[in-house]
Amino acid sequence: MRSNARIGFVLLLTPLVLWLGLLIVIPHIDMLLISLRERISFGVYETSLTQYDKALTEPLYLRTFWRTAVMSVLATAITLLIAFPVAYYIAKMARGRLQQVLFMLCLIPFYVSELVRTFGWMILLRETGLISSLLQWAGLADQPVEMLYNDAAMMVGLVYTSMLFMVVPLVTTLESLDDSVVEAGYDLGGNGLSVLREIIIPHAMPGIVSGCIVVFMLSLGNYLTPTMLGGKDSLWFTEMIYNQFIVRSNWELGAAFGFMLLVLSSVIVWGVLRLTGRTLQETMG
Amino acid sequence: MTPDLECVDLVRRFGETTAVDNVSFSVPPGSFFSILGPSGCGKTTIMRMIAGFLDPTSGDIRIKGGTVLDTPPNKRPVNMVFQHLALFPMMNIAENIGYGLRRQGMARGRIARKVDEALDRIGLPGIGARKVDELSGGQKQRVAIARCMVLEPDVLLLDEPLGALDLKLREHMKIELKALQAAFDTTFVYITHDQSEALVMSDQIAVMNAGRFEQVGTGQDLYYRPDTPFVAGFIGEANRWKGRVDRVDGAVLEIRTETGLAVRATGAGALSRGDAAEIFVRPEAIHLAASAGALSDFDNRMHGTVTSTLFNGAASRVLVDNEVGETLEVTLPQTGEFANLERGDTVHVGWGAAQATCFAGTG
Repeated sequence: MRSNARIGFVLLLTPLVLWLGLLIVIPHIDMLLISLRERISFGVYETSLTQYDKALTEPLYLRTFWRTAVMSVLATAITLLIAFPVAYYIAKMARGRLQQVLFMLCLIPFYVSELVRTFGWMILLRETGLISSLLQWAGLADQPVEMLYNDAAMMVGLVYTSMLFMVVPLVTTLESLDDSVVEAGYDLGGNGLSVLREIIIPHAMPGIVSGCIVVFMLSLGNYLTPTMLGGKDSLWFTEMIYNQFIVRSNWELGAAFGFMLLVLSSVIVWGVLRLTGRTLQETMG
Repeated sequence: MTPDLECVDLVRRFGETTAVDNVSFSVPPGSFFSILGPSGCGKTTIMRMIAGFLDPTSGDIRIKGGTVLDTPPNKRPVNMVFQHLALFPMMNIAENIGYGLRRQGMARGRIARKVDEALDRIGLPGIGARKVDELSGGQKQRVAIARCMVLEPDVLLLDEPLGALDLKLREHMKIELKALQAAFDTTFVYITHDQSEALVMSDQIAVMNAGRFEQVGTGQDLYYRPDTPFVAGFIGEANRWKGRVDRVDGAVLEIRTETGLAVRATGAGALSRGDAAEIFVRPEAIHLAASAGALSDFDNRMHGTVTSTLFNGAASRVLVDNEVGETLEVTLPQTGEFANLERGDTVHVGWGAAQATCFAGTG
């Protein structure tokens, strides 16, 4: 019996170990090793911190690194601000069928790939696009308006892409909020703002934190949206990683960039968890 | 004296259904008023209108003489203890109790003092720093009441707050609630579907059915002098017969039941010969005897066989099948006389006309 249980345990554990080992641990170790070497000449490498030194001293790299971080935080904040009322409406105000339909509406855009969705935005925003034509037709603009290739367009795309990942955890936590707790908040003298601040938001905190972490990581690691909607000045850090690996074939620097991104997202997530006094287990589990 | 709470011709409709149908009542200061009715009778709707979460379709709600219809729930001088208490799980006990005071903008020091006072009053001093889920059911109950009482409301509404507790604790909390009400000297309006909660605690009880008040009175009134068949059937147990009035003899009516029995009863309304009637006799009003001779004083006498004894301590009953095959429920006296009563024994039962209440019947 005991040995049977042990075999079962090993069999169950194997896929997990394989998954973690082959797809996550080994590639990362290899990446770390690549990032720590310097190419001396053809086929000759030396261990050094040159790549990190380059990444941290070159203004373009550094600027893009911080910009990506700040814009991702901003995208997360905007997503939260838009998703919270939506999630509150779905979880607490809508009833029965309407609730299901609204939830489906949030989900439907994710039936098509991110690429197609981003093209959708391009159709709307480009110079000959729908909004530009509409503005000209209404007489609000006398020539085609280009709304693509800037930070605003990129932000719109990022928020749109991440919306669902914020709405779902928020709806789940808000649904578990007992209506009578909100009513008690009003009954005891609270107004809309204080009930929101003292009762609804503290209750929704696990959902807010987990939604923010997911959205932040998705934005930070997004490649398509910044490339397609962002302009020349809206360089995203993932684009730089891509450039080093594919365009420049400089795997050493690309790996160093990758590690910097990993450290950045880990530090920010850790910071948010510390700030809100939560642990990763209670947020994700 | 101005009543603390007064409802005048209160009506609330939801689409086609009328949940509350022309209800008027007033609650004198410092009293414990209960609204008792089966689920779905509209009692929660009345409660929510008083608290301000629902607007009445028509009618008026007055607190200390002034209408509160235009006052939003957070400004009304009433507070509510919710069915599942609705304590704020994100706050500790002291923050829960202090919540309303913080909303009033009271200074921190004063809030802390008031919270301590309230905790002393409910007999739970020093638990302010605990979390809500560390308390037992009965303690949560008391905290929920304290959370309202620190605001010194004119009226405290309680929406079946004992429903979630187990039986033993519920019995205990009934007494405790009554004591708290006396200690705080505040008007309590309590809604419940549990007659024993209402009977034990209330000064006045309104029995509600299908959106209307059937009768308002003290527990004794409702129990001994019900106005309507619904009240007679809802409060306590009763054996029922339907029939027609055969003879009127002053206050006493003689009724021929559908099964052919002649039963003498007192009428709760004006009934004359030939009218349809419904008779209610409580199990505890029926005397049990071994011989017919011992019951000669009673207006109604029958004999029958015991079909079953339902032992339930002091509230034990026997089921007796009479001559025509009807089953009567009779309280088993705990004097020891009938301790050996067994299934199949022949017994005699009897009750006075005054103990049989008769209403105008429907059929």
